[in-house]
Amino acid sequence: MSKESILKNPKNLKRRKLVNSLMISLCVLAGFVTIIPLIYIFFYTTQSGISSLNVDFFTQLPKPVGEEGGGMANAILGSLILITIGGLIGIPVGVLAGIYISEYSKSFLASIVKFTTDILSGVPSIIVGIFAYGVIVIPMQRFSALAGGFALGILMIPTITKITEEMLRLVPMSLREASLALGVSRWKTTLKIVLTTASSGIITGILLAIARAAGETAPLLFTAFGNSFWQTKIDQPMAALPLQIFTYAISPYDDWHRQAWAGAFVLIFLVFIVNLLVRFVTHNKFSGNI
Amino acid sequence: MNIEKEDIDFDNETETQEETEIDFKSAVLTNDLSVYFKDRPGIENINLKIRKNKVTSIIGPSGCGKSTFLRSLNLMHDMTPTARVFGEIFINGENITNFNSVDIRKKVGMVFQKPNPFPSMSIYDNVIAGLKLNGSKKRSDYDEIVEKNLIHSGLWEEVKDRLKTPAVSLSGGQQQRLCIARTIAVNPEIILMDEPTSALDPISTAKIEELVFNLKNEYTIVIVTHNMQQAARVSDMTAFFYLGKLIEFSKTRRMFTNPREKLSEEYITGKFG
Repeated sequence: MSKESILKNPKNLKRRKLVNSLMISLCVLAGFVTIIPLIYIFFYTTQSGISSLNVDFFTQLPKPVGEEGGGMANAILGSLILITIGGLIGIPVGVLAGIYISEYSKSFLASIVKFTTDILSGVPSIIVGIFAYGVIVIPMQRFSALAGGFALGILMIPTITKITEEMLRLVPMSLREASLALGVSRWKTTLKIVLTTASSGIITGILLAIARAAGETAPLLFTAFGNSFWQTKIDQPMAALPLQIFTYAISPYDDWHRQAWAGAFVLIFLVFIVNLLVRFVTHNKFSGNI
Repeated sequence: MNIEKEDIDFDNETETQEETEIDFKSAVLTNDLSVYFKDRPGIENINLKIRKNKVTSIIGPSGCGKSTFLRSLNLMHDMTPTARVFGEIFINGENITNFNSVDIRKKVGMVFQKPNPFPSMSIYDNVIAGLKLNGSKKRSDYDEIVEKNLIHSGLWEEVKDRLKTPAVSLSGGQQQRLCIARTIAVNPEIILMDEPTSALDPISTAKIEELVFNLKNEYTIVIVTHNMQQAARVSDMTAFFYLGKLIEFSKTRRMFTNPREKLSEEYITGKFG
């Protein structure tokens, strides 16, 4: 075997290497392009908002126009309440729907549920808000946290359902068989074995859905409506951080603009913390390395 | 161990392959058992009598229906929507074909080819998983049960100091012994083993074969294996399946030295496989 036969076509090799480097460079470039907007948003918001951040922001109510100071304490609390209500609706429905689609996937109803969930995830959030308006605000004859939480819950369902279904699918059939072979009933197998194994993945899905819901503004416009005062009753209009940011941002007052930036910073920071939490949870328990 | 086995006297046992009447001495009896997957036959008209407290091995080439047969004994085909089961299965004289699968599986346990301990649980929790999930025993008994069953499956010495560590941290052979401990903790009468050592190294395989030998005093064991030497080492009776049919069912010693059917002889001697 002469040396020639192995290095058959050196020109071709050079071209291949060039194409290889080019493609890798393009991928790396694309990676940067993806990160840049995120970093930019983060730094710009921080820079604009952090100077207006003080203790007052977290403890005081919004002040009328013209008066200095004031904060968004009620909006932060309001957002938490709205997310809690949304979670109480979205999490059980989402997880149970995900279990149904995954475990009974052969049935016709399951494919319908999957299909409609996918469609629901594409529905604009303002439409969901209008739906909540018709279903809750009009019969109740008032804006309320319930309506806002309801809208948020609906928005959380598709994300949670999809991720629950996918995480359950990742649990190998051999685990289900092992449990059934011990004489454990089907539903107990699903709840105690399959769900536990997929738990960290499902919690990820829930946290992601919460992070999304935390930033939704449009569906809250005519459901929770916003509130300038301390209000924790869920059948009354409720303040929310994104709503407050919106109101302040489109106003003509500089002072309010600064506060809006501070609010935006807090919101992004909260979403960031939630995502960190997601990472923490996924690495924590030995829940099947999923 | 092989030499000792040869000396054990089986002569007082009668060869009863033709017998299909319900016999209470048998642990498992199948009557024209057939399983079809959509239109394709998995096994057809299997009449087999599995004796109590003996190890019965099922051999045959790939795709001959060994696992299909085994899985029909604990009604695992309920999980497969395309499977249709015909014929009758008797366990300890009772016809179980229409029994609730959950109840059957408490009496007929199964060990799978790939060890499958529950990854979200510790070694301790895995052993009592079957009991805990069925809510049967008191908490205070759990410690005893874990120790007893781990000793029984030959794993106790290796793990007694780390019972609360994750089950998945064990080696393959240890995991399989853990699965066996988990299976016997539920106190079944019959243990089905579907190629339990094919994913393990030779040392673990030897340990598990020894375990099978020790377990047969208390349990009836049916073991599917594609390793003929293993069948010869471990079992008392051997059933040879081919293309979904039962070709021969004899004492192991006979099957591997002087089989009745020509097909069996050809398989044993490696003319096909």
